[in-house]
Amino acid sequence: MKVSVQAQDFDAGAEIRALSRDPRIGAVASFVGVVREVGMTLEHYPGMTEKALARIVEEARGRWQVLDCTVIHRYGPLKPTDQIVLVVVASAHRGDAFAACEFIMDYLKTQAPFWKKEAAGWVEARVADDRAAERWQDPTRKAG
Amino acid sequence: MKLKVLYFAALREQLGTAGEEIELPADVGTVAALRSHLRSRGGAWQAALADGKLVRMAVNQDMAQPSAAIKAGDEVAFFPPVTGG
Repeated sequence: MKVSVQAQDFDAGAEIRALSRDPRIGAVASFVGVVREVGMTLEHYPGMTEKALARIVEEARGRWQVLDCTVIHRYGPLKPTDQIVLVVVASAHRGDAFAACEFIMDYLKTQAPFWKKEAAGWVEARVADDRAAERWQDPTRKAG
Repeated sequence: MKLKVLYFAALREQLGTAGEEIELPADVGTVAALRSHLRSRGGAWQAALADGKLVRMAVNQDMAQPSAAIKAGDEVAFFPPVTGG
């Protein structure tokens, strides 16, 4: 399991190759978030950010089979087409890998202390992101 | 009691400070009470921490509800809803 909050870019392929060589792993799902349209600066809460991300990964491990996981989130100035965030989840089967990857992204968007500032000002939180995170609270969706 | 208070993002800019060490009256025992205490400074504090404003809070780097207890030595943070990812 790896959590990193960093200014520098990441190589998604290298991160996937760096996952554990656990022979039980049969599926690797990944998500890369990219800066769209306009540049921004990402501020975060050093210390809490790493703690919040680690907690979200732990929560995912409690719900699905997660054999390895990497979460990288950047901060600082970013321009359009730059990568912002990477989530990689390795599991035995794709169902768990996809679900855990999506869950981690949804929770990250509402629980991890990052804030985007564009030239026009601070980006407002989106209600759609809260809804996306809330749907995981429905126990019938658990380990779907 | 003395504790550390941090402000982030738009809130930091509105308040003009990233944080402070603060000495609190003993009856300020929750995050909500601290918010109310800070609001009583008036001006930007009154505006940025008004009841209608969406403000998230953390105690010792964990997200906290308004009813969460605070004690001497804690690190309390106030910030807008997060927008990462």
